[in-house]
This record gives sequence, C-alpha cells and structure tokens, in this order.
Amino acid sequence: MPGIEFLVDALTPVNLLLAVVGVAAGTIIGALPGLTATMAVAVLVPFTFGMPPASALIVLGAIYTGAIYGGAYSAILLNTPGTPSAIATTFEGYPMAKRGDGDLAITLACLASVFGGLVGALFLLGLAPPLAEVALKFGPVEYFWLAIFGLTLIGTLSEGNMLKGLIGGCAGLLLSMIGVAEVGGDIRYTMDLKMLLGGIDVVSALIGLYCIPVLIDLVATPDPHLKLGNQIAGYRLREALTISWRSKVNLIRSSFVGTIVGILPGAGGSIASLVAYSEARRTAKRQSNFGKGEPDGVLATESANNATVGGGFIPTLVLGIPGTPPDAVILGALLVQGIRTGPSLFGEQSSIVYTFIYGLIIATLLMLPMGLLIGRYAFKSIVTIPKAVLVPAVGFLTVIGSYAINNNTDDVIVMVVLGIVGWVLNRLGYSPSPIVLGVILGPIAEAGFVQGYLIGTARGSVLAEFFFRPISMAVIGFILLSLFYPYLTRQWRMYRGVASSD
Amino acid sequence: MKKTTKLITAVLGLFGGLVAALAIAAYPEKTISYIIAFGPGGESDVSARLQEPFFKKFTGQNIAIQYKPGAGGAATWSQLNGMPADGYTIVGTNIPHIVLQPLEKDVGYETADLANVYWFHYTPDAIMVPAESPYKTLKDLVAAAKKAPGTITFSGSGTNSANHLAQQRFDKLAGIKTTYVPFKGTGASNTALLGKQVTGSWGYTTVQMMLGEQARCLAVAMEKRHPKIPDCPTFKELGYDLVGGAYRGIAVPKSTPDNVKKAVSDLIGKINKDPEFIAKMEGNGFAMVDVSLAEMPKFMDQMRKLYTGLAVEMGIKKR
Repeated sequence: MPGIEFLVDALTPVNLLLAVVGVAAGTIIGALPGLTATMAVAVLVPFTFGMPPASALIVLGAIYTGAIYGGAYSAILLNTPGTPSAIATTFEGYPMAKRGDGDLAITLACLASVFGGLVGALFLLGLAPPLAEVALKFGPVEYFWLAIFGLTLIGTLSEGNMLKGLIGGCAGLLLSMIGVAEVGGDIRYTMDLKMLLGGIDVVSALIGLYCIPVLIDLVATPDPHLKLGNQIAGYRLREALTISWRSKVNLIRSSFVGTIVGILPGAGGSIASLVAYSEARRTAKRQSNFGKGEPDGVLATESANNATVGGGFIPTLVLGIPGTPPDAVILGALLVQGIRTGPSLFGEQSSIVYTFIYGLIIATLLMLPMGLLIGRYAFKSIVTIPKAVLVPAVGFLTVIGSYAINNNTDDVIVMVVLGIVGWVLNRLGYSPSPIVLGVILGPIAEAGFVQGYLIGTARGSVLAEFFFRPISMAVIGFILLSLFYPYLTRQWRMYRGVASSD
Repeated sequence: MKKTTKLITAVLGLFGGLVAALAIAAYPEKTISYIIAFGPGGESDVSARLQEPFFKKFTGQNIAIQYKPGAGGAATWSQLNGMPADGYTIVGTNIPHIVLQPLEKDVGYETADLANVYWFHYTPDAIMVPAESPYKTLKDLVAAAKKAPGTITFSGSGTNSANHLAQQRFDKLAGIKTTYVPFKGTGASNTALLGKQVTGSWGYTTVQMMLGEQARCLAVAMEKRHPKIPDCPTFKELGYDLVGGAYRGIAVPKSTPDNVKKAVSDLIGKINKDPEFIAKMEGNGFAMVDVSLAEMPKFMDQMRKLYTGLAVEMGIKKR
C-alpha cells in the first residue's frame, strides 16, 4: 500500500478524535432535511484553520462522509432525502420502513455506506493520479448524455404510469429553467419576480416535493407513521449482513459506479446513486420487488453515494478541480491553508495526502459502530415520537433547512409552494421523483448541450461532436439498453415460452 | 417650553454624537458579519478567509463569514441597503458584476445604490492553454485565430461575466473572432481546459496558480507581471492595451454614517497593507489594489464608463 508509514500519523489520538467527532457531527447534520453535506463542511471549515493541514482534511472528510450517510435516515424514515445524494434511497428505503423494516433498512444503509466509502477511499489511495484522467475525458457532450441517461430512469420509476412520469419529468425540466440561464444569460419564466431570478434551488425543491406531502398526509390520516417491526429497534445486523453478502455483486458494482461518477466534476452523489439504483434494478432477478421496499435498492444507492466521497477527492487533490460540491469548499479551505493541490501534491506533500487518506479510511470504518448506534437512536425516536410532536418538529426543520441553503427566505417560500403543489400532484398520482430528476438533471443536460453545440460548431461538425466520441457512444449504448431492456427481456421470455410449448 | 425641547434635543444630539464618536473610537467592539454574495470555496470566500485572521490581529474582534448566494450575487446586493447600517454588517462586492447586472435587467438594485468603501484586490484576467498545447505564445494563438476565424474555443466561467468580457475585449483588440463557451463556475471551466475540450481558457491569475504546471499562461491583464507568475507576459508587453479582471471590495448599507464608513474603509486598508497578508494573497494569485473611500467616486466613475461602454458593444445593455 502506498504511504503505509503515514497510517501511524493518521492514528494519533487527536486525529482519531477528530474523525469520531467529524463522523458524528456529519451524520446528524446530514440526517436533518435541508442541511446538506456541503453546508456541514462549509460551517465547520473555519474551525479547521488552526489545525495542521492533514488533521483539518481528516475532520472535513469525516464530516463529509458522515453527512452523506446521515442523509439516508430521513430518506428511509420520512421519505425525505436528508441530502440530495439520498434521493434514490427513498425509492426502496421508505417502503421498507412503511412495512416495519425501517431498522433493517438503516442497518443496510450503514453497511453499504461503509463498504462504498472504503471502495472510494481505496481508489483514492491507490489509483488517484491515473483515475483523475477520467475526469478530463468527460466533455460537455458526455455530461449531456449522462444526464439523458439519468432521465431514462423516469421510465423505470413510473412503471404502469408512464404518461404521468413523463409529464412530471417535463415539469421538472421546466422548473429547472426558471431564472437566469447559466449559459446564454437569458431570463426565463420568472414572471417578473425578482425572487425567481436565481432559479429554483434543488434542495428547497427536494424538501418541498418530498417532505411536505408526507407531513400533510401524517396530519390527514390517523394511522401511526411507521409500522413497528417485531422486535422494537433492533439492529438486525445478522439479517443485514446476510442480505449484503447475497448482494455482493450489487455492492461492488454500485461502489464502482459511485467512485467513477464521483470523479466526474459536476455530477456528484445524487447522480451516482440514481445510476447505481437504475443498474441494480435493471439487473435484478426479482425486478417486480423494486418500488415495494427491495433491500438491494438501498444497498445500491447508499454504497454509491458514499463511494463518491473518495472518488470526488481524486480530481480535487490531483487536478485542483473539485469533484463534488463539498469538495469545492474543501479546496477553498486548502488554499487558505496554503496547500497547493495538483499532481505534485502526491509527491512533494505526500505526507499530508496519505495521512488524510488513511484518516478518511479510519473515519469510514468508524462510521460502522457509530452509524449503527446513531441510526438506532434515530429510528427509535422517529417511530416512538407521537405524531403531534413529530410533524411540527419536522415542519420546523424543513423551514430552517430551506432557509439555510442560501440564508434566504425566498427559498422557504419556494419550498412551501412546491410542497403544496407536490401534495396535490401526489393525490393525482404524480410521484415527486420524476419532477426532482428533471430539476437536477435539466441544467446538466442543457449546459452540456449548448456547450457541445458551440464547440461542435467551432470544430466543424455538431453531429460528430455529439455522436462519434467514444465515451458518448458508450453512454448512448447504456441509454438504449436502459430504454429497451424491459422490452427485449419480454420478447425473449415470450420467444422462450413459445419455444418450450412447441 | 420650546426652549426646553430645544435644549433636550441639543443635549440628546450631543449625547448621540458622543455615543457615535465613542462607538467609532472603539470600532469594532463586537463580531462583524461579513456577507459573501457567493457560495463557499470561490475567490470571494478564499480572500475573506485570508482576511479573517487579520481582523482578529488588528482589532481583537472576530468576523463571522456568511454566504448568501443567488442570482450571481444580486440576491445579496439587492438586500444590502436593508441591512443594519452600523458597520457591523459588511458585504463583499464585485466589479464588473455590480455594473453589468443592473444594466442588463432589473435585479433589485442600481450600481449607485451600493456604498462601496474599499476595493482591496483584483484577479487579473489571464489567457491559458493546456500545458501540451501547440500554442506556445499569444502570437501563435492569434495567428491561428486569424487563419480560421471562430474555430478557436475558450472556456470561461459564466455568460456576460468578467471572463466573457475579457474574451470580447481581446477579440476586438486583436482583430480576431473566437468562440467563447460559458461554463458554470471556474471548476467546470478548468475541467474543459485540462481535458482539452477547448483550445484555451479565459480565467484569472488565481486559476493559473491553482493549475500550476498543468496549464500554460500566455498573457495576463496587468500593468506589470504577477510576482508569482513571472514567466507570463502582460498583454501590454505584447502590444494589447488590456488591463483588468474581477475586482473585489467591501460595501456597507447606504445609510451608514460617514465616520463608520471611514472606519470600515480604514480597517480593510490596514489589513491590505500588512506584508504577511499581501504575501498570502499574492501566493494565491491575487493582485493587490487599494481604492479607499476617498478615491471611491473617481474609481467607480471610471469603472462604470468602461463597463457600460463594453455592455453597449456586446448588446448586454438593455435598460
């Protein structure tokens, strides 16, 4: 292992303590809807300025990885992603909790997060410089196709209700265009409201569309929020380990997906977990279980989003280009500390880098006992708290969370309005996920398309730019596979059925 | 009766003046909120973070840095004049942003509404190509652009931004036509540069410092070469009259008393002259400027003329 001698530096009592505190703080912040990993890191950056660089990096990395994991709690227990990375965790996590398997889902999320986090960190440790090249292979056109690939997930998510899913997706795309266009600077759909100039914030859309309908339904129905399992608030660790072992291929694949997507600047945990979920669902033997609380879904999304932590550090440290939004904050902190990122960081200042990477690995491992403990506590409190307390408490958090994104009350208004609209749409059979997919992926697809078009025009052929670049062609292949796979498998089964009856 | 009222008013006035004078003698006597109009991690944040320890050093007081991003900074600047006008709320401002935004559309503030008290640095425009690029000098690049107009592409951060303006200004000065491809933020623009998705990039000296050997700086828009990037010539040396970039400064609410404005301006000025601070800023690629309250009207006039002229040429000016 490279730089193994620095493992000792990472194991000093101070660094260990920082890792413990960082993971705990991150997990709790991440669990609160609206308080994202980026925010957790940004808030705690000033406290790291007095520390030696490696320790500062360890605590920031620990907070980051903790927050990404913590986002799963509210996704599973409240159907509200605590961070954008946990969107896809709601797909299977919440149905699991509904039927009384919330404790199992949380333990699975913990195992998957630790596994994914370790895979990402090990790639960072061993292969960072060559892997950073991947980040550079992805141009605007590749991002465009990647976003389109993400959008095909709408088809998978709205099985049996394709039209409503597509309408929702389009609504999300339109929402994402509100405000001043990133590319071109045009002002769109603001209805002359200044508060809309900045556009709809993804996180406030997320809180509104997912959380508010849940809250309204909680008040509107007399049933308890979640069913209790047989034994109250167990870890169900053995069961979770068995499931994880059975799904090892899924775990490994999802962690790879997470690492690679993490390396791509501008993609991040939300896209990683969506792609991992889509692949897990496509290749699953029991596809019909998906959407009804399939543990494999939770394993896929949670391992993928935590793998983006290590993956995201790769371009951040090697190229000085932040891989994910929290990495941008950490990069800023590094500049203030006087650390030059870049290829030389792994040579000249390798002591800092390797101490940090081992620290990140240790923090990820610490997430196992601490995550289980905090998770159990979170589950117990959400399940046992009476609704009369739970609803106002969560309602309060949604307001605080959406305000905290940009310290702006406009985001709170957007959140509430979208929440009410989301509730009405839910009643009409439109689920929030296609809308949110549109909001998140719309800007990536649009920017990629316009940039690709500009570059293609300058190079002489827009067509060649979009369709004949190797990575583009591979992604297009995945899109076609994702779109036609259900159809092809049906045809194959019919063919086989016909053949066997002959 | 009238007399007593007058007396009371006078006494109160005197008292008030005294309080203000005392308050200012000890400014600052509590934590100052320093609001950044962008998210964490960008140039505005990094420079505020670099200032932070010097606030403490010179005053014994802390600053609390807050982020209020949105609409390219306009979300904060449109609310600036509603903030407490006591010198304990200061806001980071940027040129050309605060000149261009109100020209383009109604963003809730006008350039003249912002009471800037100090401009403390700028990030000079720089033109960069990947380290392996066949274009070794600006001359090579201009020659290639002349040969095939429109085929040379530049990445940059944002539309109608400082990077975009620099590209437009240079195209005009050099008599060439290049394609500007806007990206969301410096990070994305750098990715396109290093990935060779584009021929080159319009960025700042800070970007060159961050990318180091991975990129080659062809020219910087400074009067003299940057001390930390001595190999990169200025546009002036190469015969193009291009000096500028993104200026960063501090503003306070318009209704802030003049003596408080001066106290804030003096404090930022004092930090800006600290050798240790200058070394840190220049080490990150920033270039120092000192525009204090006294020089403010003249400087703002100059900037407004320059960027309004450019905005008209680029068709940005719509109001």
